[in-house]
Amino acid sequence: MTSQATTTAPELIAMTETPGQRAWRRLKKRKGAMFGLGIILLLVLMAVFAPLISPFDPTKQSWTAVRKAPSLLYWLGTDEVGRDLLSRIIYGTRASLSAGVISVGIAIALGVPLGLIAGYGPGWLDAIISRVTDAMLACPFLILAIALAAFLGPSLTNAMIAIGITATPIFVRLTRGQVLSIKVEDYVESARAIGNPKWRIALKHILPNVMPQLLVQMTLTVATAVIAEASLSFLGLGQQPPAPSWGSMLNVAQRFLTNAPWMAVWPGLAIFLTVLSFNLLGDGLRDALDPRERG
Amino acid sequence: MFSLISRRLIQLLPTIIIVSILIFGLQQLLPGDPALIMAGEEKDPEVIAQIRAQYRLDQPIPVQYVYWVKGVLTGDLGESMRLKVSVSELVAQKLPVTLQLASMAMLIAVLIGVPAGIISAVKKDTVWDYAVNVISLWGISTPNFWLGIMMIFLFSVHLGWLPASGYVSPFEDPWLSFKTTIMPAFVLGNSIAGVLMRHTRSAMLQALSSDYVRTARAKGLFENVVVIRHAMRNALTPVITLGALEFGTLLSGAVLTEQIFTIPGFGKLIVDAVFNRDYAVVQGVVLVTSATYIVLNLLADIGYILVNPRLRA
Repeated sequence: MTSQATTTAPELIAMTETPGQRAWRRLKKRKGAMFGLGIILLLVLMAVFAPLISPFDPTKQSWTAVRKAPSLLYWLGTDEVGRDLLSRIIYGTRASLSAGVISVGIAIALGVPLGLIAGYGPGWLDAIISRVTDAMLACPFLILAIALAAFLGPSLTNAMIAIGITATPIFVRLTRGQVLSIKVEDYVESARAIGNPKWRIALKHILPNVMPQLLVQMTLTVATAVIAEASLSFLGLGQQPPAPSWGSMLNVAQRFLTNAPWMAVWPGLAIFLTVLSFNLLGDGLRDALDPRERG
Repeated sequence: MFSLISRRLIQLLPTIIIVSILIFGLQQLLPGDPALIMAGEEKDPEVIAQIRAQYRLDQPIPVQYVYWVKGVLTGDLGESMRLKVSVSELVAQKLPVTLQLASMAMLIAVLIGVPAGIISAVKKDTVWDYAVNVISLWGISTPNFWLGIMMIFLFSVHLGWLPASGYVSPFEDPWLSFKTTIMPAFVLGNSIAGVLMRHTRSAMLQALSSDYVRTARAKGLFENVVVIRHAMRNALTPVITLGALEFGTLLSGAVLTEQIFTIPGFGKLIVDAVFNRDYAVVQGVVLVTSATYIVLNLLADIGYILVNPRLRA
């Protein structure tokens, strides 16, 4: 009698698929992550097609429609100068999403190269970069962002720069840590043995292997950045009026809580839903990209 | 153990020096000449020259930095341009208010987060576990300032149970002080509770699957005894030290919470200073919060070394 090794269909799929395909297959199984991804896609569509889907001009004031409760005409009600809240929420998506994505983009553009240099470069450079990173991490996130935004001047662009710089040390530390564990792997040693220059090893062999962790951190940091932008706009240091931003809408709404509570409900709910979606997606990605997870 | 602690202390030194350079450097981001800004609208050349000499703005930047550090080390954080009071005095006035708020928030976070995390781990994959996960996600994803506004609407505007704003010191009237701080403390504690729930759950799950818990169960001990005396005691050590680190998040959160509830603490101080372009105060607040955060980090590290027998040896 001969024994034959049998391979089941799912095992065969697992053996032939790329890491990206495997992560996507695992991610699809996580309902929370898919819910988050769905909401994020919806928000992106809202931001892109804002002029087409907004029922009104978000900055147009109407003195005959001041603080109107939600109705068939104004689905989410109007604000203190008669602007349609639904239109402002739809346009506000642009400020929030762009702040989230651009500030994280800045943090990655600065943090990843610095992390690569710290982890793979000369020891003295590592010492300098690591100490500066430690120092920046010692300042509480929002307080540093507020201080930077205050010194740079109030505007959405400066808020994004402030958030981006404040988030940079997170990516420096993550990249450096990953590089330190990856650079002793056999494939990196082999690449070095055949004479590859350091920069090529860092970019071609180390960076691709840091990407999964970066992707997770990126998603979670977008959530932090969205809250930070809303916080800065709430304080008047982000998006400037009359341009709509969820944070500044909440700031105004605070003064009309007794007469028009709906003014505070919707922008807050929009921030909550956006942050929740990025957190759910980040959690799902962390599980899907974890090599210890099976399936 | 002492060598570990002293090594940790030595490692901190460069961090503190770089923090001070970063905070001093913030001033250099200001567009234009600070002396011109301070001189007001009249821009009298004599006044400008006097300001330059008084604040040593006529000296090279490294020299200015040395003088600034000297001042900081002797407790002189500069003077508020608007209030004409020393920044150290302002900090001494406002810091206790924020510390009271932050301590109450931490207590709320621990009282909610730790038991919820333990229940979630013990009742893994049940409806309890899912409920705790949902609550923790809510905590992590809710913007503080929105929760604050909604709570004011519900408890102050609608039900009239609690004051919407203001602050009373616990030494003046403890009950009124509690009533003015409970809402902001809950708002602040909410997000930390979410983080603590997650960490407690994962630490408990790890402890519950360890050999010593299996041995305790094999001895026939009651499940409650196993959970409380064996698993919990070991799982909570890292969670408590994490709590100390989350204090930095509380200080950040206090900025907006104090603004919403009009509490005259540290957070409100920095926001007011930002709007009044009172940069010495902004620098002072960032410096003190960073120093507090560094000290708490150090205490957390020392605490971890003290309670961990493997590091103590």
